[in-house]
Amino acid sequence: MSYGGSGYAGYARYALNATVVFLAIWAGLYLLLTGRGERFNFGGYLLRISPYMWSVYGIALCIGLSVVGAAWGIFITGSSILGGAVRTPRIATKNLISIIFCEVVAIYGVIMAIVFSAKVSAVTSSKGFAPSDYYTGFSLFWGGIAVGVSNLICGVAVGITGSNAAVADAHDQQLFVKILVIEIFGSIIGLFGLIVGLLVTGKAEDFVGAV
Amino acid sequence: MNEIYFNVDGGFLEGILRGYRDGLLTTHQYMNLTQCDTMDDLKLQLATTDYGPFLQNEPSPMSTSTLSARCTDALVQEFQYLQQNSAEPISKFLDYITYGYMIDNVILLITGTLHERDTHDLLDKCHPLGFFDTMPALCVATTVQELYNTVMVDSPLAGYFRECLSAEDLNELNIEIIRNTLYKAYLEDFSRYCETLGDPTATVMGEVLKFEADRRTVNITINSFGTELSKEERAKLYPRLGNMYPEAQTKLARVDDMDQVKAVLEQYSEYRMMLAGVNLNASSGGAGGNDLSLEDRFFAREVQLNKESFEQQFHYGVFYSWLRLKEQEIRNVVWIAECISQQQKDKVGNYTAIY
Repeated sequence: MSYGGSGYAGYARYALNATVVFLAIWAGLYLLLTGRGERFNFGGYLLRISPYMWSVYGIALCIGLSVVGAAWGIFITGSSILGGAVRTPRIATKNLISIIFCEVVAIYGVIMAIVFSAKVSAVTSSKGFAPSDYYTGFSLFWGGIAVGVSNLICGVAVGITGSNAAVADAHDQQLFVKILVIEIFGSIIGLFGLIVGLLVTGKAEDFVGAV
Repeated sequence: MNEIYFNVDGGFLEGILRGYRDGLLTTHQYMNLTQCDTMDDLKLQLATTDYGPFLQNEPSPMSTSTLSARCTDALVQEFQYLQQNSAEPISKFLDYITYGYMIDNVILLITGTLHERDTHDLLDKCHPLGFFDTMPALCVATTVQELYNTVMVDSPLAGYFRECLSAEDLNELNIEIIRNTLYKAYLEDFSRYCETLGDPTATVMGEVLKFEADRRTVNITINSFGTELSKEERAKLYPRLGNMYPEAQTKLARVDDMDQVKAVLEQYSEYRMMLAGVNLNASSGGAGGNDLSLEDRFFAREVQLNKESFEQQFHYGVFYSWLRLKEQEIRNVVWIAECISQQQKDKVGNYTAIY
């Protein structure tokens, strides 16, 4: 337990946690013991969330996380290339390949976002959503997370390896191609995410309403 | 996890620093230097290295002290570029590196004040890397008490003075003891700071600083033979870190001559190999070849540790290691220059090769 300022902040945090846990247990036991247990309906809650929310969340995470990964990788590699090129200007041109590998990760995210967003269309039925719509919503969400997180990690990995490649190239020209091979293996991770995203959403149909 | 955010502040500087490291002289260039016959040849050979721009304006009969001063200027300029372009975590690390030089400068000023010399002249002799803003204020002090008060208030070394010395000590103690006490406080503080910096830096700097502490322990022991430094005082000067802390230090505090030192050091595998074949009574730059002195072995081991720190990327240890390697290179070049200018070419091979 850490103590802050006057020494009571730690106690206050502990008291807050304990109160929240107590209220949760009290509510749970109340529902259970008075026969109202069915009211805690997590499945019903999920079904009441609109599939539109799941699908556009997925698209947003797909493009958002991919771009974060690409940008992260680019700044890691770019700063090392800048530093190394002061003494050894020849590395500047060749090491742009590492930056391109990072950028490719963002392109994967954009492509998948476009493919996913083609499935999102207006539902005109007054009876609500069809069962296939729920599947589309869920698959776009998790497909988007699959693509986004794998591109995030891929961008960071390619960035770190690109920085190593820039520094090694500045020291000894023959090392560049060897480290580039490692970078290629790293960028395949992003491709895996793309493939899984396509497979997961492959069976998802466009939005139609209930008939 | 350090790799993912190190480059935010450190990527550019690390790239620049590795560029500096690529400018260190190679074995081939050392060969060329050792085959020079005059100082002018040496200057010509050095013209293609990083020292070229600094040496080209020197008039032709160049002395080794000028060479040493110009090479140090090159080092200082490169280091100051790093300092000027650094942001907070790195700038504090670089400041810590300069505290060692500040200690030397402050000791120089204290000695000057004790001997009643005009300390403004001494300002020129101070090492430029250890220059801090309030150093000229130290020159104003006419007595050691005033100097002590000024240092306590105005310099980054205040903490080291506070820990170990009082104003009376500055008058009475031998100046070397003061230097060693300050350096001990500095090493311990630096080591504690590196621990807070997280994994690769802490490991790499830990190794390097531990070796430095061990080296100082052995040197203090050897240098105290035959002086009136008592054994308790000697033990107080040992830094409280390193592979020799605490057991070997307690043993070394009690030894009286070189053979006992050797017996204590043989218990540590890394130092036992260093002691094999060492001529313990030779000073630095002995007869050459196999008959190296202990100091040469220490230099070689230091070079090896510093080269290893470049094997990892994304840590601050490279800044410290490059500085030490560059200093070693300047020592080597000056040694070669001295051998050439004194026409003692048989000893010219006694430098510690780096690459």
